[in-house]
Amino acid sequence: MKIGICVFPGSNCDYDTYYIVKDILQEDAELIDYTSKDLDRFDAVILPGGFSFGDYLRPGALASKTPLAEAIVNFASKGRYVLGICNGFQILTELKLLPGALLPNENDKFICKRVNLSVENISTAFTRKIEDKEVITLPIAHHDGRFYAPQDILEEIEANNQVVFRYQGENPNGSLNAIAGICNKSGNVVGMMPHPERISEDILGGLDGLKIWHSLIA
Amino acid sequence: MKKKVLIMPKEGILDPQGRALKDVLNEAGFDVKDVRIGKVIEIESDSLENLEKMVKDYIINPLIEDYEVL
Repeated sequence: MKIGICVFPGSNCDYDTYYIVKDILQEDAELIDYTSKDLDRFDAVILPGGFSFGDYLRPGALASKTPLAEAIVNFASKGRYVLGICNGFQILTELKLLPGALLPNENDKFICKRVNLSVENISTAFTRKIEDKEVITLPIAHHDGRFYAPQDILEEIEANNQVVFRYQGENPNGSLNAIAGICNKSGNVVGMMPHPERISEDILGGLDGLKIWHSLIA
Repeated sequence: MKKKVLIMPKEGILDPQGRALKDVLNEAGFDVKDVRIGKVIEIESDSLENLEKMVKDYIINPLIEDYEVL
């Protein structure tokens, strides 16, 4: 499988993600510059975490106006797989590939900790190897992860089974309905605040992140 | 043409920065009911029409923000 990892100015989980795809999964990985317009050679693209364009204006706002972001919209419309992690999730909502928005955490603090997540939709390309309602533990590291959508959109997200991950137990950032990750209606685009690439090796304290990656390459 | 654009979080959306400032002001002895923090962007461009287009299509997120050209 050929997997592209997007690199925007200020992305900082790009190499971690590249390493997981290339060295741990042993798949064909390639970094993609934010000025690129052609994604035809890829089966999947990942928008990694970080602070694209310094989070200026709003997290993900400026990255969503780049040539690469435009190409991702086209790529997703063909049913190919797109995963946004943390800042990547913020970019996907700014791009309107995913509904809602990610606002500053309720306590206005940067939160860096492990959280338990219930996996609530196992039909997506990134969760198909996980058990329904399985609880997995992944780290979060963000200041703007409070998922928000107006009531009507939130009801639509729930009704369409678009909630992929929900915080279990404590809701760390005040997200509506404890939402940690969602997908688009067809399930080929997923955005999530937690970082699976940071917990995919024993030496880093866990393997739950692999469940996401193994779903992708299954 | 130089204009200022005022951008505010939509009514009903929690603004943690505003809440923190409100708490500090109240602790200092003032009687503050609400504080909301937005931003002002100054843009020098050719026309009001283009400015509106920029603000709507590139600058604000209408899901969470309201704007006003000052």
